[in-house]
Amino acid sequence: MTMPVIEVRKLSTRFGHTWVLHDLDLVVGRGEVVALVGGSGSGKTTLLRQINGLIKPTEGSVRLFGEPLYSRDVHRDRALRRRFGMLFQHGALFSAFDVFDNVAFPMRELRLLPAELIRDLVMIKLAQVELKPEHARRMPAELSGGMVKRVALARALALEPELLLLDEPTAGLDPDRSAAFVRLILALREQLGLTVLLVTHDVDTLVALATRVAVLADQRILAFGTLDEVIQVDHPFFRNFFCGEAMQRALAGSRALR
Amino acid sequence: MAKEPSLRIERGVRGQPVARVSGDWILARLAPCLAELTPTLDNCRARRDLDWDLSGLGALDTVGGLLLWQGWEERFPPELVVSPRQRAVLERVAASHAAGRAQAVPPPPRPDWIASAGGFGLEVWAHLTNLVVLLGQLVLDAGHCLRHPGEIPLREISANVYKAGVRAMPVTALVGFLIGIVLSYLSALQLRNVGADIYIVNILGYGIVRELGPVLVAVLVAGRSGSAMTAQLGVMRVTEEIDALATFGVSRTLRLVLPKVVALSLAMPLLVLWTTAMALWGGMVAAQVQLDIGYEFFIATLPRAVPVANLWIGLAKGVVFGFLIALIASHFGLHVRPNTESLSANTTRSVVISITSVLLVDAVFAVATRGIGVPV
Ligand SMILES: Nc1ncnc2c1ncn2[C@@H]1O[C@H](COP(=O)(O)OP(=O)(O)OP(=O)(O)O)[C@@H](O)[C@H]1O
Ligand SMILES: [Mg+2]
Repeated sequence: MTMPVIEVRKLSTRFGHTWVLHDLDLVVGRGEVVALVGGSGSGKTTLLRQINGLIKPTEGSVRLFGEPLYSRDVHRDRALRRRFGMLFQHGALFSAFDVFDNVAFPMRELRLLPAELIRDLVMIKLAQVELKPEHARRMPAELSGGMVKRVALARALALEPELLLLDEPTAGLDPDRSAAFVRLILALREQLGLTVLLVTHDVDTLVALATRVAVLADQRILAFGTLDEVIQVDHPFFRNFFCGEAMQRALAGSRALR
Repeated sequence: MAKEPSLRIERGVRGQPVARVSGDWILARLAPCLAELTPTLDNCRARRDLDWDLSGLGALDTVGGLLLWQGWEERFPPELVVSPRQRAVLERVAASHAAGRAQAVPPPPRPDWIASAGGFGLEVWAHLTNLVVLLGQLVLDAGHCLRHPGEIPLREISANVYKAGVRAMPVTALVGFLIGIVLSYLSALQLRNVGADIYIVNILGYGIVRELGPVLVAVLVAGRSGSAMTAQLGVMRVTEEIDALATFGVSRTLRLVLPKVVALSLAMPLLVLWTTAMALWGGMVAAQVQLDIGYEFFIATLPRAVPVANLWIGLAKGVVFGFLIALIASHFGLHVRPNTESLSANTTRSVVISITSVLLVDAVFAVATRGIGVPV
């Protein structure tokens, strides 16, 4: 039995008096691409922020790569955080840095790589997310919404992470770019055994990428399995989400392919 | 499990040199031993005759791929043993590398002495003209409000009076009181030497009512409220809130700048009055302790020693300073570019420039009112 990459146990989160998540369990194994779906405001971003250690859970524990997220050792915590990349819902680019420096930032923070290597790596990352070299000197405020997403993805990939946490990576991308994103993630997964946890509302991405689907509703993971299994569950959210027209079309498309 | 990345040049079966790559060529493993690998890779770059054996290679990521690719001078070596999967990785790196290099990254623009001096001049000029434009817009807005009294932003004005005026009362009182004590104490030491004890009232009266009160409050308010105004408007620029306001047909100067300017012009003279009173009180306390001048005597002598015109000058300064501070703070707030660096730079500038211009205007006041309220 291999070590799960993400292991969330009995996690509960409270903001003020409301419980956003309650007694939630989620275990993701290596190489999996798990899509986290759920209604708007159901706590997907909140869950992601607890997995990456930005919020401490009210109750319960999170382990990544078999290690607890919070140890008392600063160096270990930092090393652990470098093993995953995070793409924020709204990009969260450093507004005072240009595109190039945004992507170079985590590499420079390692303090081990020479400048020329960093430059070449940044350009590779930008090419991977289909950004042109002439965009490298733009400031974040001068980018379109979709470009912000792609730069943020390039930055999340900067340190060759083993785990990617993506909050709505394809929202704001055109269908072509979404498809390219799907290809990139699949390639990285094959290449490095990348594990991905992504929040998405985009059915095409979901069908194309996800090996398993986790449905967040009623403050917990209501269903966790392959798409075909999850669709069987009877719950108002599923009827609306999975039985919508777009979903049916995307499913029909993928079945035809298989 | 995971192994150190290594690169060794050995003799192959046919006696030819073979570069053997083994271990995990991934960023986490490569970064610590990059210094040892680079010379060997550079060495290989010079040699065309090498065969490459990548059969011992574990994991390979973009960094490892790029290092190898550069070690091969960006083409696949003629004799290469590699698994198809890793070949795919290398090909992807090669493609991305070529795409990224197709057009060299423009280097960050170099600072040029003459250009930056000229740029500075232009910037100052732009700020001046923009300030005038803002001022004109405020006059138009004020005219608009007079014709449509229903649109006067009363709530915003009162909120700003509260934030910039009422909330500033404790700190201005404390600072005023302490300055009064210090000033009185130092003057008293000198006055006692020449036996001119009762002139302490004149010194404190003129100094505090006419000069120190308004300037002290202006410096405090510029640091406290001016910076807050700049930061608030600046963040609203960064988060596009100001643009959102505009789409609802709300004038940003009418709703955001005018209330600040009006409120500070109203609140400042009141703060000046308050701080002056506190400073005089502090002075009185010190004078009583040092020179044995009683409160009643002090209060009775003050109006005779210092004509009331001085108080009016002090209050007028308060109005002008308040107006200036709010105007400058709003100007810099509205010109924040949407990034954090510009936000911090403009907040600093707002405070520095409003304090500087307050002192300049104070000098103008001193010249313009030199015949008013002083003994001839
Ligand atoms: N810092 C916070 N303080 C209080 N409540 C919060 C906080 N952050 C999130 N919430 C609440 O928690 C709930 C879940 O928020 P979250 O951002 O995780 O939703 P989401 O599933 O990511 O939604 P979306 O799909 O719209 O991004 C919401 O009701 C939100 O109002
Ligand atoms: Mg969210």
